[in-house]
Amino acid sequence: MVPIIVLIPAALFCLYRALVGPSIADRAIAVDMMGVVFSAITALLALRLRLSYLLDLSIALAVISFVGALALAKFLEKRSLDD
Amino acid sequence: MISALALIFLWMGVGFVLLGALGLARFPDLYNRMQAATKCVTLGVCGIMLGIFLRSGFNALGVKALLCAIFILLTVPVSSHALARGSLIAGVKLWKGTVKDEFTLDRGGESIIEEEK
Repeated sequence: MVPIIVLIPAALFCLYRALVGPSIADRAIAVDMMGVVFSAITALLALRLRLSYLLDLSIALAVISFVGALALAKFLEKRSLDD
Repeated sequence: MISALALIFLWMGVGFVLLGALGLARFPDLYNRMQAATKCVTLGVCGIMLGIFLRSGFNALGVKALLCAIFILLTVPVSSHALARGSLIAGVKLWKGTVKDEFTLDRGGESIIEEEK
């Protein structure tokens, strides 16, 4: 239980950067990192509650943040999304 | 013994994630923030997942945690590299205390170091 409580400030730091961040890429990387931190929190919750299917949720969070960051990177390079 | 090792990995991971997120909140420009956040958070989350694997052994929970660690280790550096390249092309400014910008020549001599106010 204690590691989950210690990880919550990390997610709050990422949230602060996502709200304040001057450029789009700042917000994108902050949201990406927040997804990864939430995936760690979900995995710790799975260990605590002994529910192995919560780790599927953790993998799904990592996949979603990866795809989102890649799409935003392509947008920043001013390329179309289908090349 | 293995339980103690799992606790060590888990707390090491939590510490790395916390320090990486602190760097994301505190560093002066995008590239510094990206460097601090992505490296620390990748290593930290991999430590946490390895701790979970050592704690629970070869059952559904442990193997899925190992799989998640491998996936994060492969994808987070790729996405952060793509974002850094994209923001360099889009012209996000470097910090005003930057000493050298190696990409000035590629951009035709135009500097993107932030000016002193």
